[in-house]
Amino acid sequence: MIEHPRADELVEAVAGWVESIRPQLNPRDAFLSRVAVNALNAVKRELVQGPAAEAAAVARLSGLLGMEGDLKTLNAELCARLRSGEMGVSTPGLLAALKAGIEDQIAIDQPSYVSVKVR
Amino acid sequence: MEVDIPAALNALAPKLGGTAVEKAQRLTGGASMETWAFTVVGGGEPRPLILRRRSTPMDPEASRSVTMASEAALIQAAGHAGAPVAPLVRLCEPDDGLGEGHITGFVAGETLGRKIVSDPRFDAVRPHLARQCGQVLARIHTIPAGVAPLATADASGELDRYEAIYRTSGAERPILEMALQHMRRNLPPPMPNVVLHGDFRNGNMMFDPERGVAAVLDWELAHVGDPAEDLGWLCVNSWRFGRADRPVGGFGEYQDLLEGYMEAGGVEIPLSRVLFWQALGSLKWGIMCLMMYSSYATGATNSVERPMIGRRVSETEIDLVNLLEAGL
Repeated sequence: MIEHPRADELVEAVAGWVESIRPQLNPRDAFLSRVAVNALNAVKRELVQGPAAEAAAVARLSGLLGMEGDLKTLNAELCARLRSGEMGVSTPGLLAALKAGIEDQIAIDQPSYVSVKVR
Repeated sequence: MEVDIPAALNALAPKLGGTAVEKAQRLTGGASMETWAFTVVGGGEPRPLILRRRSTPMDPEASRSVTMASEAALIQAAGHAGAPVAPLVRLCEPDDGLGEGHITGFVAGETLGRKIVSDPRFDAVRPHLARQCGQVLARIHTIPAGVAPLATADASGELDRYEAIYRTSGAERPILEMALQHMRRNLPPPMPNVVLHGDFRNGNMMFDPERGVAAVLDWELAHVGDPAEDLGWLCVNSWRFGRADRPVGGFGEYQDLLEGYMEAGGVEIPLSRVLFWQALGSLKWGIMCLMMYSSYATGATNSVERPMIGRRVSETEIDLVNLLEAGL
């Protein structure tokens, strides 16, 4: 992979440029430019954090399901077992694994999101 | 069809107690609904009013929407029941040239959820808002079901409806799947249905810095169902605007909401039932986000907003995991 520049650096540069022109934009475009910058920042985080998050998810799901495969395959199998009732909330280790996975995902999608706490 | 709203409003001025309409301006609104502010002059004191009209028929939630005539009837009935509303001034007729719409009084205040939870102007009233919301919901829930033709939806029906949308999307999201299956197996016991606002959340209410809840807005998703649905929807974390520590709308506590509800004549609702509907609310919002992304993926819309909304599914998933972990 070319490292001069890396893909995340390109995305970061574009996001910075969009930020810089926002003051000149009409309200609707200024709003959309904010969404665009959010999108670019999510892409950047996915480029940087995604590979490790995906590897961790594959390792967790393989262990839970007792099978090998890529993330898409493992994810589809997990959904099928949840749908059939073979696995569910009381399956040992499942909620913890799903929580670890979704924490990695929210760190990419919306790192500032404050998730709900119950009591 | 493009409609010249300021001209049509101006022509309507005599029926609104004046001779002309000034300062007609479109407020930011939803995709299918337009909201306009305007002032009627020439009949004594200038009278600020609000027009709400349907601009396009297409909306993912459209099949759930009530007609503007039903909205008008609900607003009047809610007012009679003792809930704060912007009073109905006129249900638009075809000759008005405004399409399907209604005109209400203008109620001053703030609707932006983020301001309600964080602006110092609301610091004094904020601790009272959860109780007030409970009281207001208790009044809304006394509206007779016959005031307008309303659909009925219970928890099981809502799960069916959103599961169908989820399956159609083709997405495979283990947390949504787990939540669907778990909630289906743990439905709350039946309780008598009431008329629900259907979208009672921080963002759909006008708040006054002194008085608190000044008007309940956006009645288009009204239906008949479980009273805990309205209470739970108000507590969905996606409308707490960063204040996850204050479960009711980002401004208050469950206990105040439930006590306010009973003080104003509402039945006793266990917190567990509100949490069930809060979780169902997160699930619905997550699936709605998937649906909005789908409208981009299929080419139906090309705005940058739509695909980014797809990245909000994970917020509902982390909330659902936390609720399931807490023993939902």
